[in-house]
Amino acid sequence: MEIDWNSYDPGELYDEMISSPGHPRRAARAIATYLQKLTAKQLGRRQHAADLAIAEMGVTFTVYSEGTNIDRTWPFDIIPRIIPQKEWSHIEEGLEQRMTALNMFIHDLYNDQKIIKDGIVPKKLISGSKSFMPQCIGATPRYNVWAHICGSDLVRDGDGTVYVLEDNLRVPSGVSYMIENRSITKRVFPELFSKHRILPVDDYPAHLFDMLASLSPRPLDYPEIVVMTPGIYNSAYFEHSFLAQQMGTELVEGSDLVVCDDNCVYMKTIDGLQRVDVIYRRVNDEFLDPEAFNDDSVLGVRGLLRAWRAGNVALANAPGAGVADDKLVYSYVPEIIKYYLDQDPIIPNVPSYRCDDKKQRDYVLANLNKLVVKPANESGGYGMLVGPHASAAERNKFANLIKRNPRNYIGQPTLKLSTAPTICGQKVEPRHLDLRPFILQSDRTYVTSGGLTRVALRKGSLVVNSSQGGGSKDTWIVETGGK
Amino acid sequence: MLSRVAERLYWTARYLERAENTARLVKVYSNLMLDLPNGVGLNWHQLVDISGAQAFFDSHYRTSGKRNVIRFMLSDTDNQGSLLTSLTMARENIRTTRDLVPSEGWEHVNELYLFARKELTGKMLLKDRYEFLSEVVMRTQQITGLLAGTMSHGAAYQFIRVGRNLERADMTTRILDVGSATLIAPGVQLERLENRLWTYVLRSLSAHQMYRQYVRRRVQASQVLAFLLQDTDFPRAVAHTLGEIASCLEHKLPHSDEPLRAALRLQRLVAEANVNKLHAEGLHEFIDQLQLEFGNLHQQISTTWFSLELDEAV
Repeated sequence: MEIDWNSYDPGELYDEMISSPGHPRRAARAIATYLQKLTAKQLGRRQHAADLAIAEMGVTFTVYSEGTNIDRTWPFDIIPRIIPQKEWSHIEEGLEQRMTALNMFIHDLYNDQKIIKDGIVPKKLISGSKSFMPQCIGATPRYNVWAHICGSDLVRDGDGTVYVLEDNLRVPSGVSYMIENRSITKRVFPELFSKHRILPVDDYPAHLFDMLASLSPRPLDYPEIVVMTPGIYNSAYFEHSFLAQQMGTELVEGSDLVVCDDNCVYMKTIDGLQRVDVIYRRVNDEFLDPEAFNDDSVLGVRGLLRAWRAGNVALANAPGAGVADDKLVYSYVPEIIKYYLDQDPIIPNVPSYRCDDKKQRDYVLANLNKLVVKPANESGGYGMLVGPHASAAERNKFANLIKRNPRNYIGQPTLKLSTAPTICGQKVEPRHLDLRPFILQSDRTYVTSGGLTRVALRKGSLVVNSSQGGGSKDTWIVETGGK
Repeated sequence: MLSRVAERLYWTARYLERAENTARLVKVYSNLMLDLPNGVGLNWHQLVDISGAQAFFDSHYRTSGKRNVIRFMLSDTDNQGSLLTSLTMARENIRTTRDLVPSEGWEHVNELYLFARKELTGKMLLKDRYEFLSEVVMRTQQITGLLAGTMSHGAAYQFIRVGRNLERADMTTRILDVGSATLIAPGVQLERLENRLWTYVLRSLSAHQMYRQYVRRRVQASQVLAFLLQDTDFPRAVAHTLGEIASCLEHKLPHSDEPLRAALRLQRLVAEANVNKLHAEGLHEFIDQLQLEFGNLHQQISTTWFSLELDEAV
């Protein structure tokens, strides 16, 4: 297999690297030329080296396959996805704006609810939401920030416009793969890194640590920060231990923590109980604290919410932050940005039809063959309908689901997701992809340089989730100069 | 360091050491059974007694023939003390504390477990069994060496060291039990058998050569007992393992008063034992007493570092 860009045709789709056969985009020109010069043998050797590097790390991952799902079996494509820095700066600004507004929104919902009183969003937005936690009403986390770590999914449509597809504000994962993908690419194409100016991504754990430290209730230079995991059988356990290791913090399970009569959180160590200041929790709300949320949970820490409300421990993300991670709330984000910041959104939303509105619902039901239908409260690509690719029976099923529970569904036009060249067997072909940057927010905001690019490896498929046949690519934010 | 993590490292080391010594025990016993003449009263059920799980064995097996006992000792996953259970538990404990252990450590434990599981599922010939057991001993030694040579000797490593030495002390006394005269039916002419018995005991602990070098006498019951109980330099001798534990507790771990007391009491008990008298009678009872004290030491370690007594601590 040798690459010849003249025979690579993205058709009417927007391709991230090649605008039309034989014509690489400006920021990708150098790497396109470089790749084309490689012989079939050389290219094969690079892909093989990448597979080996993954297998080496794979030793550490395969054990988890004894649990249920394991993300690391998703393949890695060695051709990086290129984004010019100038475009990225614009996206960064948009993400910062969006997070700021969303955090103001969450804080408002749990406190004054001005946005509801002012009639911008309907009351039922909360009353019908599974993720609104009444236990959190009146809480005031530090800086009034609730969602400290967010992974927003971005997609690009056929005309080149970048949209936010969804915001993951609960326990978004994938950042460890972003860092690993870079270290693999560096092994495979070291020479490219000396030629390009590619923004680094491996400073993420340091930024994460700083952000978490800024949340500490006690003013310490090194507050006690822990990463809380549901345990080894969680599919993201690798990431939990990776982040704990990279930050030099303890990786704890619920049973390692205890809330004492002073309403402070302690971890059980060989030196006795040790006060914990900040918990980066990778456990869902309902399993955080059996006292407050779910009496049956064995994962949580009894009294954790009490300690958090007393201001003795910081939780990232704050419990209840997931309320803004709901497809129906999503449909209101442009209004939310306008309301709190008096700005227009820098990155647009995908137009969305709310099924709880009769007119919009009728439109969705009449156009199921053209639309994507998503449940309001799921993530991971589960339970959604891609109209144009679905059978009549599936569409019927969804029509019934929508009629039965309209609050739970939104419809969106099917986007022509952009593509990038991907090695598929012996050929390089366009495949659809998205991008998940990670945003950290406390008293300041940090956005990763790029993020995790996920690729749908099946021809024509639009679903990039790792659990459903997706792969990933390294993402390069490239300085093009001449600014 | 988290209590849970400390506990898991401690148990990783204990289970690895238990696997190694179970392999040693079965090996020496198989050889003894081949070598000693019929009619000396040695039988396979005594191996079960030594392992300390008679009740479990008797409720799960109808006869105590060779095949059952070997299965019980090596591959029975319901038996808490079998070789395979030990390796399974070692693996389970180390894989949840992998961040603290050099990655090769985890890989080797994992491979050893996979190897044992594969070998123990098929039918095993006597010759293969011997090779298998030797391989297990060698690989566990390798892991011990790897950890000693590549892991920082901070608190995490000290819990591994304490676990390993406590388990080793316990298992060495169990192997000594093989030599205790209670195994031999009364009235059997002991003199000639005894040397052979104690030589096996030494060999099973890889101690024969060191015994000859340091004791410089031919194999003699009371001398062997003294060497394996009271020698402070031989790494598998009880006195040495206790010395290792005491030095960890005294110098390397916080708040170690109570466990240290328990360890020092054990050291006295071993140092003051009269081996000549023990050899004549009461060895088995003495070993029982030691094992109770090992249990007590474990209890102190667990209370101090693993299961924090919350009411007191706050």
